Amino acid sequence: MPDFVIRTENLTCDFAAVRAVDRLSLEIPAGIVFGFLGPNGAGKTTTIRLLLGLLHPQSGRAEVLGFDTVTQADAIRRQTGALLEHSGLYERLCAEDNLEFYGRVWRLPKSERQARIKELLTNLNLWERRQESAANWSRGMKQKLAVARVLLHRPRLIFLDEPTAGLDPIAAAALRNDLAALVAREGVTVFLTTHNLAEAEKLCGQVGVIQQGKLIALGHPDTLRAKSGSTRAEIIGRGFTESILLTLRTRPEVATAELTNGRLVLQLNEKTDTAPLITLLVSSGAQIEEVRKGDASLEEAFLKLVEEEE
Amino acid sequence: MMADVLTVMWKEWRELLRQRESMRGGIMRILLFVGVFGVFLPLQMGREWVESPQLLMMWAWVPLFLVTTVVADSFAGERERHTLETLLASRLSDRSILFGKMGAALSYGFGLTSIGIVLGLVTVNLVHGKGELLLYSPTIAVSIIGLMFLGAGLAAGAGVLVSLRASSVRQAQQTMSIAIMLLLFVPIYGVQALPENWKMPIAKLFMNANATQLMFIAMAVLAVIDIGLLVAAMARFKRARLILD
Repeated sequence: MPDFVIRTENLTCDFAAVRAVDRLSLEIPAGIVFGFLGPNGAGKTTTIRLLLGLLHPQSGRAEVLGFDTVTQADAIRRQTGALLEHSGLYERLCAEDNLEFYGRVWRLPKSERQARIKELLTNLNLWERRQESAANWSRGMKQKLAVARVLLHRPRLIFLDEPTAGLDPIAAAALRNDLAALVAREGVTVFLTTHNLAEAEKLCGQVGVIQQGKLIALGHPDTLRAKSGSTRAEIIGRGFTESILLTLRTRPEVATAELTNGRLVLQLNEKTDTAPLITLLVSSGAQIEEVRKGDASLEEAFLKLVEEEE
Repeated sequence: MMADVLTVMWKEWRELLRQRESMRGGIMRILLFVGVFGVFLPLQMGREWVESPQLLMMWAWVPLFLVTTVVADSFAGERERHTLETLLASRLSDRSILFGKMGAALSYGFGLTSIGIVLGLVTVNLVHGKGELLLYSPTIAVSIIGLMFLGAGLAAGAGVLVSLRASSVRQAQQTMSIAIMLLLFVPIYGVQALPENWKMPIAKLFMNANATQLMFIAMAVLAVIDIGLLVAAMARFKRARLILD
């Protein structure tokens, strides 16, 4: 049993003149949900393809579950599950047949296959609709079915490439909850790419941030938030005029000052005392009802990291 | 590997039967084909259904056409419907996927035609047999089976190769249609375009040749082409290439 389920050393992948993954070095321990964050085209999907042995790197190497991604790709694919960019469902087939096919692919014995399909579809509230063609389902239901397919053969490691992309907030939250429950129940390691930083914050024990193929940050979400060194203050009240905003923006301790839904949101450069800023607001005629202060969100930390890298 | 090939074939057949409509619709299409080739045409042709040597030509072409209708979808369809990458990320080996796809197309063309032949024999014997058992001669029977299988193999090999390269099912179908047209019309118009002083010796050569020998030569040529296409498809099947195409 390796110490790390995924280990890469200077993994590099080029497409013609474009460097998609640039000397990526990662070590991901077993049993966690690892969030791989980055803007579009940062190299997240290419990294998954490299880790599954679907693409070969130009230089560097990677091991997944102790197997080399170039020479032992078949062994990796035998022990992992993947929900890639698209759900990969056969929409002409019914939900049950989709799982039946992949159950056969993973050579689950018939009785185990049937029991497992029932267990997963029941847990995801899809059992009653198992005979329906997936083509007529909502995107959220399709994604749930795809998650069931990924977990069908009880893989030790699963790759999820933006599983909630394109879902409405309710469907995304429902899928996230189902995913978290299933992952906890199955005890698998998850390599999750996402744009949704709130999702990463809720699900991930460790995150990596990739930008233009380069890993620019790695650690626990709390560590990344703390590393960004900024504090966020949300002030609820009235009378936040444009001139007050302009005054605030000239202050050295204020990185940004924005009005969002009638609330004044301040990004502070350091862990500064907000009392002088409140005094300034009150003296400028604003009425303060409530002040909430905390570390920057993962999203803010992420944006700061990406901006710094650019 | 055989179990994996059969798994892919199982999936291909399920999709095939549900191609445009419900499973019932898919089965109806198959029954329609079997009805035409196993009942209607034998009833129309009577004893000639068993005795005419021209039937060889038909039985060589039918599975080829049948395979052509389904094989274009094999990889281009998976690519178009965004299921290919998930399939490639599974534990299935390259050869299991490739042979499963080819096997499904081959079994569709060869299997359906075989059912048509057997049913046709039953129909002819029931209606036109008059107490006599009407059967193909052993040479014709072997030739029919050989040509059917190799014809279906030719379409399956070429079709998979085309489908691997095509970006859409429509593109694959168009390419296959052009290939079939060429296969049909190039020999006809090619012979007509030959110089007059060449035509007579060629015609004589065919007329004087032993029909059985000619049949086996044709089958040998088809077998070589089939193997060539299979090797080409195996060489073309590269996961990284399929994902980046």
